[in-house]
Amino acid sequence: MDEVELTEQQKKARRSRSVALGVVLAVLAVMFYVVTIIKVGPGIFDRPM
Amino acid sequence: MAMTNEHDAMTAPASAAVLDGDARDFFALLKPRVMSLVVFTALVGLLMAPGEIHPVIGFIAILAIAVGGGASGALNMWYDADIDLLMGRTAKRPIPAGRISSETTLAFGLFLSVFSVATLGLMVNWLSAGLLAFTIFFYAVVYTMWLKRSTPQNIVIGGAAGAFPPIIGWACVTNSISLESIALFAIVFLWTPAHFWALALFKSEDYGRAGVPMLPNVAGERTTKNQIVLYAVLTAISGVVPTLMGFAGIAYGVIAAVLGAAFIWYSIQVWRMPDGDKKMIPAKKLFGYSLLYLFAIFTALLVDALVAKFFGLVV
Repeated sequence: MDEVELTEQQKKARRSRSVALGVVLAVLAVMFYVVTIIKVGPGIFDRPM
Repeated sequence: MAMTNEHDAMTAPASAAVLDGDARDFFALLKPRVMSLVVFTALVGLLMAPGEIHPVIGFIAILAIAVGGGASGALNMWYDADIDLLMGRTAKRPIPAGRISSETTLAFGLFLSVFSVATLGLMVNWLSAGLLAFTIFFYAVVYTMWLKRSTPQNIVIGGAAGAFPPIIGWACVTNSISLESIALFAIVFLWTPAHFWALALFKSEDYGRAGVPMLPNVAGERTTKNQIVLYAVLTAISGVVPTLMGFAGIAYGVIAAVLGAAFIWYSIQVWRMPDGDKKMIPAKKLFGYSLLYLFAIFTALLVDALVAKFFGLVV
């Protein structure tokens, strides 16, 4: 198998993409959580155990 | 098989495995400046619509519309990479500059299209999601793939794609399409030709080199200037329609009339410009003013709507 050595520039670009993707995923998680609460209502916390 | 020395292993050829583009390049694929217009006009549609929407749901609606608009921009850049390379204005875009591959852009655009439409449908309503899907289809397929390279009326018909966001914003609140939202659509739709033909006049060499049949290249400068004046008049009329229909106040109507009169004045300066003028200063001024016009009209609509909504005043 050939190995591809990433250049410093490519490593920097990949890190930038990874950070952006991480932020987007975190925002999505928060967004889906908040929308679930809004759609279902705060009553979701009151259900009997 | 080629592989990188870290986790990029198992991806096919080396050229495809290594991307040079960073997050900013991916953001550039979304055409952020067009996206800002989409966000703003959609927001005005959403705030002008009668009815209530939860602020968080409203924020998500605008976000989904923005991402959908961005996705159509990415699909446009994927399809147009060949001609983008030939035009000074677009040659530095991520694909022609070699920072992001064509295949990656296509995947990015398709994924964001599906994701934004699904998000809008699940979180807001399916009418607005359907309208967003249609807008993406219209811009990427009808305008980019079909009209842009085949007719000088490309941006007249294709302009509909850029005019849909206020209708989508309105539909997010009301789950319907109404005459009022169509009036907002008409402002952007009728504004687009004068805006783009002003650009096409002073960038006609670029468009000629790329083989895009813009009106100045196909029908000549004189016809283009006549058409610019015609559309400027239609835009100015459409600007005051919200007041005539009664869903915007008199103050807005006065502002829209003044802005529209200036739009016509700038278009007449272009009409008076001698054919073959190299500097095209009036065309550049019209292009600049057209951006200001749309921003000012929608800002005035926004202020009018907010004053009416929160203070119960109709001015």
